[in-house]
Amino acid sequence: MEFQAQDTIQWIEKINEKMQRNKEYLTSLDQVIGDSDHGINMSRGFQETVNKISGGTYDTASDVLKDVAMTLMSKVGGASGPLFGTLFLKLSTTFKGMDPVDYHAFTNGLEEALNGVMQRGKATTGEKTLVDVWSPVVEHFKQEDEFQADKIVETAKTAMENTKDMLATKGRAAYFKEKSIGHIDPGSASSYYIFEALAEVMEGGK
Amino acid sequence: MAYAGIVLISHSSKIAEGIKDLITQVVTEVPIETAGGTEENAIGTSIDKIQDAIKIADNGEGVLLFYDIGSAKMNAEMAMEMADLDTIQLVEAPLVEGAYTAAVESGMGKTVQEVHDAVVKAF
Repeated sequence: MEFQAQDTIQWIEKINEKMQRNKEYLTSLDQVIGDSDHGINMSRGFQETVNKISGGTYDTASDVLKDVAMTLMSKVGGASGPLFGTLFLKLSTTFKGMDPVDYHAFTNGLEEALNGVMQRGKATTGEKTLVDVWSPVVEHFKQEDEFQADKIVETAKTAMENTKDMLATKGRAAYFKEKSIGHIDPGSASSYYIFEALAEVMEGGK
Repeated sequence: MAYAGIVLISHSSKIAEGIKDLITQVVTEVPIETAGGTEENAIGTSIDKIQDAIKIADNGEGVLLFYDIGSAKMNAEMAMEMADLDTIQLVEAPLVEGAYTAAVESGMGKTVQEVHDAVVKAF
């Protein structure tokens, strides 16, 4: 795996396409157990991010990711702004000085991102949050030695679907208590798109 | 004389403004800034707004931050980290009563730490 500035830009552009396409779906998930703005927030945030980085001249993945993080933090809004901002900021700081980023560095970046977001949101696994997708994906990366697009998508998808039966104890969904059971967590769904987009970009670049 | 400033962070700009009205009726000399709603004044919070409010509320004596729910706290924490101020405290207290108490305490010339402790003790 060789991950560079151009791959990063493609990754973010692909995430954005998915956020735009699934805007209504994400919002419908958030309507049941949240404040109905997840789709709107994510689509706005990633569109702004793409506007910021597309056509920009970047030397490294880290440089791109820094701009991504800053834009997400200020443009996404809701709890997702600081959470997804933190994820990409941690990727950026872990990849600093690396070009290209190899598989093991990428794995470390994802792990740092996961730790950072857990700290920021004071969440752990099993609380029906995006941690429940990021954590199994990080585990998968650590178990393997090379990038496996299909398995990553499969891992993220299963993890996302597993949030359906969880009781939310963090974030706005926690106010809904047992009413939160039976619905996929919106942040887990958008995290699935993030990994699906990554798999598509890395597969295309083989 | 400079006083410890107060930043009111709420998902709603009306809530933040309303609390400011309530407090300034009684306490006039303490810097009180609002960071309510998103950039577009919709329901939500904005790191940028919080950062701006921190800058304005700080007259050299530091700032205390009060927030309402959920993501307001996360955005407050991030804004604090970026602000790079030594005397800045996020206060775990009810937004209305906490900020009101803090304004009175700050108006007596108390430091950020003293105000923080007094508010936490009161609630």
